[in-house]
Amino acid sequence: MVEWTDSERAIITSIFSNLDYEEIGRKSLCRCLIVYPWTQRYFGGFGNLYNAETILCNPLIAAHGTKILHGLDRALKNMDDIKNTYAELSLLHSDKLHVDPDNFRLLADCLTVVIAAKMGPAFTVETQVAWQKFLSVVVSALGRQYH
Amino acid sequence: MNDDCNDGDDDADDDDDDDDDDDDDNCSLEGNYLNVNMSLSSKQKATVKDFFSKMSTRSDDIGAEALSRLVAVYPQTKSYFSHWKDASPGSAPVRKHGITIMGGVYDAVGKIDDLKGGLLSLSELHAFMLRVDPVNFKLLAHCMLVCMSMIFPEEFTPQVHVAVDKFLAQLALALAEKYR
Repeated sequence: MVEWTDSERAIITSIFSNLDYEEIGRKSLCRCLIVYPWTQRYFGGFGNLYNAETILCNPLIAAHGTKILHGLDRALKNMDDIKNTYAELSLLHSDKLHVDPDNFRLLADCLTVVIAAKMGPAFTVETQVAWQKFLSVVVSALGRQYH
Repeated sequence: MNDDCNDGDDDADDDDDDDDDDDDDNCSLEGNYLNVNMSLSSKQKATVKDFFSKMSTRSDDIGAEALSRLVAVYPQTKSYFSHWKDASPGSAPVRKHGITIMGGVYDAVGKIDDLKGGLLSLSELHAFMLRVDPVNFKLLAHCMLVCMSMIFPEEFTPQVHVAVDKFLAQLALALAEKYR
């Protein structure tokens, strides 16, 4: 089981409580699709992804970004058992969506960059450490049921 | 609709219409040979130079912060600094070395048209003396991107992000050129 200090819990909770899920979700997913264009392979049914501008204006992508952030919320609410919280989602990504789990890491990195932009100097070293620890647990859990 | 659709952030791309920009292909004709890899288009090189120029007043901070974050977020990287009395985030040797590294990155921007040739001696240093596992270049690049995003949230658009990320990846490749 992952051990969380009180400080780490407080940091993660604080980040989520100040988060605009729509804004950050949309920006993170768009950034991922732009910076790592091969991730677009999973979004064939999402309309126009022709270039950065169309991606940034795509409402289906925006909605999906929000959905992803709300999915992350579940990890926040179950920090002591993220592994089991995501068991089903992991199977879904593996068996139905066929997503290469390395993509979870790519999206996590983009989410970190977007949150860093939003928080500026408030995204301290300590904050980044806690945040990336949280994301690495999430990424690991999502990849866990792959077979 | 959201702000990004009518976005001032993208003013670096206002004059460039992505729709007919051939340079965004993965292939580019450089001299007499075809580079079929993830090399930078001319537009991306210009984006990198432009952003690094904007960043220059804060480059020391970004370098120092990036290395501090590297050793904090990825503690295994401290293994390369066992000869320092203090390799903790924010310590004097870490900050100083971060600034040195950033200086090297800026130097590489100036050699962006021939990173392999331009970074030959640095590559030999990393290959034969320092022997830093190349996976760590990616980790440091990520920390640099986070710092750039923190300090220049408006300028570090997704388009700038992809160009800088590609550049840092090319830089890492050039540094690892002599490894084996």
